[in-house]
Formats: sequence, C-alpha cells, structure tokens
Amino acid sequence: MRNPLCSKVQTIRPSGIRKFFDIVAEMHDKDVISLGVGEPDFDTPWHIRDEGIYSLEKGRTFYTSNAGLMELKEEIDRYLTRKCHVSYDPADEIMVTVGGSEAIDIAMRAMLDPGDEVIIPEPCYVSYLPCVVLADGVPVPLALKEENQFKLMPDQLEAAITPKTKLLVLPFPNNPTGSIMTKEDLAPIAEICIKHDIFVISDEIYSALTYGTEHTTIASFPGMWERTILINGFSKAYAMTGWRLGYACAPKVILEQMLKIHQFAIMCAPTTSQYAAVEALRNGDEDVEMMKESYNQRRRFLVHTFNKMGLDCFEPFGAFYVFPCIRGLGMSSDDFATELLKEEKVAVVPGTAFGDSGEGFLRISYAYSLEELKTATERIERFVNKVRKEKGL
Amino acid sequence: MNEMKEKILSVIEKNSKISIEDLAIVLGEKESDVAQAIFEMEQDKTICGYHTIINWEKTSRERVVALIEVCVVPQRSRGFDHLAERIYNFPEVDTVYLMSGAYDFCVMLEGKTLREVSIFISEKLSTLESVTSTATHFVLKKYKDHGTIMVPEQKSERQLITP
Repeated sequence: MRNPLCSKVQTIRPSGIRKFFDIVAEMHDKDVISLGVGEPDFDTPWHIRDEGIYSLEKGRTFYTSNAGLMELKEEIDRYLTRKCHVSYDPADEIMVTVGGSEAIDIAMRAMLDPGDEVIIPEPCYVSYLPCVVLADGVPVPLALKEENQFKLMPDQLEAAITPKTKLLVLPFPNNPTGSIMTKEDLAPIAEICIKHDIFVISDEIYSALTYGTEHTTIASFPGMWERTILINGFSKAYAMTGWRLGYACAPKVILEQMLKIHQFAIMCAPTTSQYAAVEALRNGDEDVEMMKESYNQRRRFLVHTFNKMGLDCFEPFGAFYVFPCIRGLGMSSDDFATELLKEEKVAVVPGTAFGDSGEGFLRISYAYSLEELKTATERIERFVNKVRKEKGL
Repeated sequence: MNEMKEKILSVIEKNSKISIEDLAIVLGEKESDVAQAIFEMEQDKTICGYHTIINWEKTSRERVVALIEVCVVPQRSRGFDHLAERIYNFPEVDTVYLMSGAYDFCVMLEGKTLREVSIFISEKLSTLESVTSTATHFVLKKYKDHGTIMVPEQKSERQLITP
C-alpha cells in the first residue's frame, strides 16, 4: 500500500505536552498532583452557563452566520474599545472562531505564501509553529531570554528579520512564561514592524489576566491597526475553555479571506457558546476581577515559594503561569519533570515543551487552589533538596 | 477602612485557617502589617469570630433547625433594638435579622429535637410582650450555607496536563 500520509504532516513533531500527559495518565495514581494544566480551575460563572442553557431551552440550535452572531460581534467591539482602546467594525472586521486556536490557524493560512517566514518568539504556546508549517510558511523561532523577563527585545527582532519575513507572532501575556509586553516594550516593536512592512498576529488570549498593570495591544499603536490580526477569546478570562470560543479582528481585506477558510472548514462557531459569550461580555467584568484577584494571590505565593527554595523565578505579570529556573540542579527540564513525577507525584510541564529555549525551566500553572499549591510546592522542595544532596550542590 | 484590610477580609472570609505568614505572602504585604491589621479588626469587632461550617448530617448528632418569622409591635422610644436584644440573648437563638416586608424579625435557631424547638417558641418567644405572631418553618435540608455548597464535591474532570 502506498503511504496514505502527506510528508508535511509527518514532519510535525507531536506536542511535548502530549508525551507528558501520557506518562501521567499511565500512572493511574490518585495521589498525583498536577500543576500542568493550561486552563482555569474555576467553573464558568453561573450566569453565563445559565444563558447557554436558556439558549438551548429557546431552541436556538441553528447555525449562526459564518462570522458569528452580530450581537456578539458588537459586544466584542465594545469590549475591545473599553479595555484595549481599539475598535473594529462588527460588520466585516470581527469574526467568531472555535477558540483562539482556530483563529491562529486560519490567519496563517490566509496570509502565507510558500516560503514566507514567520518569526515566533519562544518559549510559546505549542500551535504557532505547526500552523505555520501546515500553511507552507517557514517558522523562524526566536529564543527569548530570562534576563529580559522573556520579553521580545527590539534588537533581537531586528536581527531575525529577512526580506522573506512576512509575519511576527506576538504571544503576550505569554504561555508558558507569564511574561507581558507593556506599552513601552511594544513601541519599538511597532516601529520595526512598520519599517520592515511585516504583519503581526497578536495572540492576546490572556489579556484579561495581567497583574498590577493594564494590557496594551500592539494594534493600538499608530500604523499598526492596519497590519495586526488581533486574536482573543473567552477561555481564559471567563473560564470557558470547553465552550471553544474565540475571535479574530483584522482589517477587512485580511478578515474576509480568513472568513472564507472558516466558512468552508468550520461553518460557524457553536451557537450555544455564542449566546453565553454575549452574557459574559455584558455582565462578566466582576467575575473576571474576582478570578484575577485569586490568581494574583496564588502568583505571589508561588514566586515567593520558588525563590525561597532557591529556584530562581522572575516575577511574571500575566497569564497564570510561573516559569522557575532549574539550571542550578544540573538536570534537563525533561529529566526533572519525569523524576519529580516518579518520586513526588507532582506533574509539571518541562519548559522544552514550548520550544528549545525553554530548556532549564518548568511551567507551573497556578490554576489550582492555594491548598493544592502548598502541598505540591512542599513536595517539589523535598525533591529539590534531595537532588542537591545527591549531587553535593 | 484601608484597602489592605478589605483584602484580608475577603481572603479570610473564605479561609479563616490561613496562616498570617501565607496571608502576607498572597497579599504581597508585610507579615507584621497583616498581623496588626487583623488585631485591629478583632478589637473593633469588624472580625466578630472564626467559625466552622459543618454539615451536621454527616455526624450522628441529631439537630433540628428552624426559621421563625416574628411579628412584633415596636416599643415607643426603643424601636426594634430592645426587642431584638430580648430575643438574641436566648442562647438557643443563632441568628436574628430585622427584615423589611411581611414580618419583622427573622430568627433562626437549632435544637436537638422538634419538641425542644417547639417548646422554646411557644413558651419563650411567643410569650414576649410585644410579639404578636410567629410562623415557624423547619429546615429540611441544607444545600448551601455561607456560600459553601454542602453536596459532596464532584471529582474534577479537568485533564491533568493541557497546553
């Protein structure tokens, strides 16, 4: 029989996360504490769930228009105007997608010609690189550094640009590092993008979760709205991961092509989720504040605890991850995570799952209760002390 | 009230067992400042006590909880407060609220048996001079108390590792 597969797909490595998931799942051990989850521990606020239920009761079980409910797109525009000071026309500059992930995929497919280069700052979320490959683009990973708090530095970006560079992925607030880009950090990046005429896919899925500082979108800089695809969604802010709902905003000329792919591949995002999302945007600000305050408390606890046990941990100001450094222990991230799981039954994700530059780091999620975090960090500390003793560190 | 005190309250309202050390860490404040703020709030009775929410159904102890609507004639120059005092001073009484609407006081109390509660109402509460009528409702089941859902928690179905 001939090979049923296309060579492009076969070159894509399976996600490093998946490998770890399998190890944990095989253990079948109730005592395992996982700090490896990339989704909120809160349930979707009840009034939002209730709106979803109500829409089912009312029999709203039909397709919506391809780009999504007009009502929802209008609320998205209001939300972005209120929170990020950018505005999009709900008629043809906003589309509702199946999670932010779909938006990432179709943006790449709508924009890349074979050979176009896409700069991807790493460590980062796992899907950008495969999406570029699937869209026939050439991924250009750019290793961010801890000494810069994993921010994208202008000189680094400048050095990575070639005549073939078409797109920059800007994933802030960042999963896995928790790093953010402030207005001041973004200003020189915007200048470079304009100077070299490159477009930006700005994945702002964690925009609602910044601590002590407001999120800024690169689309709000003069000359950037025209060249930015802003991606956001409901998963992280409103604890709605399972509803699979995100959105993309972009100038009409780009969005209408993305919509074409969406139309043929997806048709429309789930209708129940869209009605629930309208309620989230209208009446959900307080829920977000409440969850954010909780995350912030846990964030302080983890940064304090890791630094105290001698694993350097820079203070992240976004998302719900800390990214402590384990270089001092003379182990790879992968070995550390595997051994930790075996010895102390704590699951964390090695930084390398998010790109080679994650070597030497661990992604620790704080989407867990403080009690769980306390127990888990006690176990991690015991493990770290044992490693130090064995190695005479 | 300063911002730190309000933050302390919002944390310990849900978790009064948290240590001062942890409280200081999660709020990003100094331990000594947090201890001082709690001391002050205990002194001025902003913090009135530290209680435990118990699901008594899980124990062998028999208890009956009643909610009683009490209508009264307020007393000249003393209003409702004096009457409320006469009710809340009974150690059997757990909760007394002054209400708007069809009745005046909402009184909640717990007793060992139905009979014990009934006797208290008929002999002590109803016989108070200004009480004109009472309506007693017995609690059949507690689903949620002080913001805590009492049904057994379902196991989380969240995946253990996700991107």
